[in-house]
Amino acid sequence: MSATQEAPGAGTAAGTEPARRKLVEVHDLKLYFPIYGGLLRRQVGNVKAVDGVSFDIYEGETLGIVGESGCGKSTCGRAVLRLYELTEGSVVIEGEDIAKLAPEKLRRKRPSMQMVFQDPQASLNPRMTVAGIIGEPLDEHTDWNRARKLERIYELMDAVGLNRDFANRYPHAFSGGQRQRIGIARALALNPRFIVCDEPIAALDVSIQAQVVNLLEELQDQFGLTYMFISHDLSMVKHIADRVAVMYLGKIIELAPVDALYAQPLHPYTEALMSAVPEPDPSMENRKDRIVLKGDVPSPSNPPKGCNFCTRCPKVMDICREIEPEYREYAPGHFAACHLLDNNTKAGPTGAARHEHNQTSIQQGEDA
Amino acid sequence: MPDGAMPVLDVKDLKTVFRTRGGDIHAVNSVSFHLRPGELLGVVGESGSGKSVTMMSLLGLLPSPPAEVREGQVMLGGRDLLRIGAEEMRAVRGREVGFVFQDPMTSLNPVFTVGFQLMEPLRKHMGMNRAAARDRAVELLELVGIPDARRRLKDFPHQFSGGMRQRVMIAIALACDPKVLIADEPTTALDVTIQAQILELVKELRQKLGMAIIWITHDLGVIAGIADRVMVMYGGQVVEQGPVRELFANPAHPYTRALLKTVPKLHGTRDQKLRVIEGQPPILAAHPAACPFRARCAHAFERCARENPARRPIGAGHDVACHWDHREAAQ
Repeated sequence: MSATQEAPGAGTAAGTEPARRKLVEVHDLKLYFPIYGGLLRRQVGNVKAVDGVSFDIYEGETLGIVGESGCGKSTCGRAVLRLYELTEGSVVIEGEDIAKLAPEKLRRKRPSMQMVFQDPQASLNPRMTVAGIIGEPLDEHTDWNRARKLERIYELMDAVGLNRDFANRYPHAFSGGQRQRIGIARALALNPRFIVCDEPIAALDVSIQAQVVNLLEELQDQFGLTYMFISHDLSMVKHIADRVAVMYLGKIIELAPVDALYAQPLHPYTEALMSAVPEPDPSMENRKDRIVLKGDVPSPSNPPKGCNFCTRCPKVMDICREIEPEYREYAPGHFAACHLLDNNTKAGPTGAARHEHNQTSIQQGEDA
Repeated sequence: MPDGAMPVLDVKDLKTVFRTRGGDIHAVNSVSFHLRPGELLGVVGESGSGKSVTMMSLLGLLPSPPAEVREGQVMLGGRDLLRIGAEEMRAVRGREVGFVFQDPMTSLNPVFTVGFQLMEPLRKHMGMNRAAARDRAVELLELVGIPDARRRLKDFPHQFSGGMRQRVMIAIALACDPKVLIADEPTTALDVTIQAQILELVKELRQKLGMAIIWITHDLGVIAGIADRVMVMYGGQVVEQGPVRELFANPAHPYTRALLKTVPKLHGTRDQKLRVIEGQPPILAAHPAACPFRARCAHAFERCARENPARRPIGAGHDVACHWDHREAAQ
């Protein structure tokens, strides 16, 4: 892992250029799913899927959200578009808090914010033609006549690289990559400014993933789109994002410009996550001091006391089990929440503990 | 691994066809490979490349119809698996060849305890009594790193997490001490941190038990980390095969070369644009008289449409099925 410190924030979209406008401002977003139980089906607890996250997304940038399954990244993406009712917090998009918008006002706001879903098989209606699917947002939000709608549908199909002749076919006739293009065309139909991409490439083959990611980047340049790109693929997020937020158990534990985050992760979880990604290079594999985390992610209905990561953290200290670390800015634009950083702000967690940890990594522990 | 060692598994010219109303689909096309004792062979390819169907053909796991293993020879322990009866095949599965499937939730039976499922092969194949099988089951769970093993035998699959379930699957596959372990995308459904745990476990088990492993995946990173030798499949065929370092350093087939370039790296600088392999994977309906990759290949020429290239050696243990010569082109 390279230790060269990039000037954090430099060269990337956010942070340094004051002219950049915040398009999305999320403040203390909480989304709890109630658990019902007992004889009277009373609420007995909450799954804290998203537990107080705050971040901004600047106009024209791509914010990557990474984390393991169950960390709340998809729920967070859906909550930002108010596909779920928020438990607490605010989401301000272009000056309007969508968490408090009345239904009709929200409906009129929807064209500016769209979503691309993970599984193109499940998110396209199998009984609608491609033209019907791409045109549905137009039916809902415009009063255009048929000819004008069809013209727009063709325009969109061209934009995402689908052959116009296939407009009357059904989704089953397309491959996975092509289906994802249909989903992207639908999201673009109403000229949105902000798109949440929820694992748009996870269901695709490697050779097709690159095609779709390139398409998303081209469309971003062409239409000035702002993306929230949710993925568990750290390499792909590194490629597409300007800034990256790392989530663990419903919280953002680190957020930084992409180069700074990958060159010098501050949080031990980010470090472990990156070291767990297998590199397609056999000569690197044996040299790498791999950090293998023990155990599994705890249940979000019963998160541990103190720091959420304390049950698996290789560098856990006593304080971590008692007090939740504060989420603070440690370098310009580089935020993290970890007690280690308070002791030694400059260096962050270093590789000192890695070797001994590596030796004992295999034995799986059932941590309390 | 000594090159001269007798292969524990030797597959020659395997052809599997799916008969459909729209005609035959040639899913596996003259696939030949061997597996040496103690070796880990990585099989890479995208969905539909025939990697899973190949492995399932070996053990007669495909439903017939529609599947039909047309030709070939699968030598294991001195006999041809394609020419033995159902009863004998049942003794091979589980006893001599262990299989780990992709999704541990759907391949474990949700209504039986993990202990029951672990003891089943031991009692059936090894003829153990209940007590002996239980002791061995505890031993196996401990081997794959599940704490408090004796108590957990009574648990059902849903009481285990994803990574733990995959450990249970590996324990079941290892139960009868097989000579060959086939793992079909065993870490694809898991998170990276859990995948790292399973990869470490497999490395450790190989040292302890020394069985030969076939590891199917689409993740080049995983292959780079654990394989001794790699076989790249495309369109139902083996397009390239070689020792892992050699293949990653000197990929010869245009598909392998392109595949290695499309994967973004975690370390190093970012490219402006990702390299892509244009087009879609082939539909294997037509009889394979031409190279399956030619429509997406940057180097395709007239001969590629006329003749399906045979595998030719290009280095020590390294062969490729391609008419185009990358070394000639480099000069």
